[in-house]
Amino acid sequence: MSTPTNISLDVVLPAGDGFSGVVKAGQRFRIIDLEGNQAVDTLFYNADDYEDSYSAVETICAQRNIYLTKGTNLVTQNGNVLMTIVDDTCGRHDTLGGACSQESNMVRYDIGKRHMHACRQTFLRYGKQEGLEKRDITHNVNFFMNVPVTPEGKLTFEDGISESGKYVELEARMDTLVVISNCPQLNNPCNAYNPTPVRLLIWKP
Amino acid sequence: MSDQILWEETVHGGQTWSHVLERGQALRLTDVEGGANVSALFYNSKQTDERYNMPDTLKAQHIARLTEGFVLYSDMGRILCSVTQDTVGWHDPIGGTLSAAQVKAKYGEKSYQEHRNGWTQSAREGLLLELAKYSMGPRDITPTLNLFSKVQVDEAGGMHYIPGNSKAGDTVELRAEMDVLVVLAANHHPMEPGSVYAPKPVQLTVKRVAAPAADDPCRVSRPENGRGFILTERYAQ
Repeated sequence: MSTPTNISLDVVLPAGDGFSGVVKAGQRFRIIDLEGNQAVDTLFYNADDYEDSYSAVETICAQRNIYLTKGTNLVTQNGNVLMTIVDDTCGRHDTLGGACSQESNMVRYDIGKRHMHACRQTFLRYGKQEGLEKRDITHNVNFFMNVPVTPEGKLTFEDGISESGKYVELEARMDTLVVISNCPQLNNPCNAYNPTPVRLLIWKP
Repeated sequence: MSDQILWEETVHGGQTWSHVLERGQALRLTDVEGGANVSALFYNSKQTDERYNMPDTLKAQHIARLTEGFVLYSDMGRILCSVTQDTVGWHDPIGGTLSAAQVKAKYGEKSYQEHRNGWTQSAREGLLLELAKYSMGPRDITPTLNLFSKVQVDEAGGMHYIPGNSKAGDTVELRAEMDVLVVLAANHHPMEPGSVYAPKPVQLTVKRVAAPAADDPCRVSRPENGRGFILTERYAQ
């Protein structure tokens, strides 16, 4: 892990909380899984044009692989590269599993789960600060999440492959608005029913 | 109640199409020549910021393909359409949509002046034009469901386009569970091999169909879908 210099952000983000901010072109953005197997649901937008948002399908199709790791370019709807994953000690991140919502929790777990906190609540809250509305909330990256797809076309949620101290690092190719929900999910075994904090760092190497 | 055919029409290769499919109606798509691809978007026609959500559809049903017995979820925990019949077996939700730049790079450019309606068009530009007719734009486009196409994922995550997935005469039928704006582009799949621009046509059949019964196969296929139908029927009686 290189030692950051010119640090402009260094925060611990508790589970259930969110973040929004711009990573400028050339800056590095590191997310550290402090306690292991935490899902960090993250949206990206061209900071100069929010309509040019991160596209999960453009990203996986560009590299012909569904898993995000070192070398992956995060591609927008219009084919622009927002950020590149330049370091990754976890090895695999998901972008097909989306973000939990109160409504999808009712479908997936129980109709009585509507009251429980969910990522899309956080996306709406932090997105609003940036002028984003519901229809701008696209399909996110789930850092540290393991969502394999089988050749038979099944999608599964496997135990995490991350652990305490693993991190992923991105370099911005364009000024990029980042909106994060540090996932509050209490119904999914993928985080051992225990959502935990992560650390965020932005700096200029 | 037996199905009642309301009308049939053809979507030519390269063309887009849209229609509000009412609850109680179904849309059957037929691959006329074999090898068709139809990129499809779905919206609650009464409130279009509720729309097809690919991840919610996949993770509620633990699938990376769509076929008979599965449903299309909106971002609001409701079912837009059910796949009530399918002779294909695999429809692709993750392979994306060709942009104009990608069409030009892969197939070159045929002008309208010279080639008339055989000109090169991209699915993405076509869908955006169709959405504009409903005052929607790039903020409203989502990953498409690519009907008739198959993208298989290997153990390492590699994505592979499987040719020959759909044959001439193959059909898939979508039943609307609320009033759904359906937007279609009959155009090449992004991962399809070849360099000749020749998107295939599809035949559409719009029908009136019976409401889903208590033992409807899509409703009882898994507990998640049972809850999805409850939430949908609370909304759209």
